[in-house]
Amino acid sequence: MNMLEKIERENMRYDFPDFRPGDTVKVHIRIIEGAKERVQIFQGVVIKRKRGTMGASFTVRKISNGVGVEKTIPMHSPRIEKVEIVTRGRVRRSRLFYLRDLRGKAARIREKGIR
Amino acid sequence: MPKTLGILGKKVGMTRVYSAEGTALPVTVVEAGPCIVLQTKSVAKEGYNAIQVGFGSKKESRMTKPAIGHCAAGGKGGFYHIKEFRVNDSSQYEIGQEINISDIFKIGDIVDVSGITKGRGFQGVIKRHGFKGGRATHGSMFHRAPGSIGCSAWPSRVVKGKKMPGRMGNKLVTKKNVMILDIREDANVVVLKGSLPGSIEGLLQIYSK
Repeated sequence: MNMLEKIERENMRYDFPDFRPGDTVKVHIRIIEGAKERVQIFQGVVIKRKRGTMGASFTVRKISNGVGVEKTIPMHSPRIEKVEIVTRGRVRRSRLFYLRDLRGKAARIREKGIR
Repeated sequence: MPKTLGILGKKVGMTRVYSAEGTALPVTVVEAGPCIVLQTKSVAKEGYNAIQVGFGSKKESRMTKPAIGHCAAGGKGGFYHIKEFRVNDSSQYEIGQEINISDIFKIGDIVDVSGITKGRGFQGVIKRHGFKGGRATHGSMFHRAPGSIGCSAWPSRVVKGKKMPGRMGNKLVTKKNVMILDIREDANVVVLKGSLPGSIEGLLQIYSK
């Protein structure tokens, strides 16, 4: 194995559940405010997963006070405390950018296994 | 050339690591050393103090007889790269001595790194010197040309050093103040912050400060 891959593997995180686009997740992010550090929970739908090694990331979208908010989070950042899956969604594509044009009822995602 | 000891290395590639605070840092992984001292130069004999080191083993069948003879002094086979480092006192080094990364550097050190940049061929002034160029549309007839290269009656010539199109890259460049983020002694690998000149597998000289 190449030393580059070895360093990457050492720094990568494998402690997340296998979430996919369409899933609703809770991301616990450590936020540093001045001297204080606290954990903020960002809950929303995963609309993208960028694969890769250290550069991997995922994007979570939620509607906050009527405004769509998206957060792209580096997959292997030590600032992520944990990722929890709330619901598994049934979607037919890997990039759910169409959700940006939909709101309310239309933007719902059917849960996996429920007809 | 800085008058400091250094080490030769080979670029492995780039990746990112996270600092303790969680900020992402771009890093270059370099396979550096071990370098074998092949010759020591002194003020008395050559007029300056330096050591000559070899890096990267090379088959004897691919070397000339004089090169084989020169490398034989080190007793560690032939080398692809042979370079010189200026030192203050060359008498403390002996021929055949191995120089490893951890002998010179430790984590957190600031170093200078030299390497040959990727050759870009014949390039225009926009890519080569960062000229602005003109606008593409709205009747503009000035796009990527360099423009005027000087005055007429006086000086009646183009000043020396005028930035013009030409060969770009493939020249020795030194990046100063590069931080060492990690050293893997067992694998002879050093992790440096930021990008470094040259292609993957390219030779790099890492100088101590």
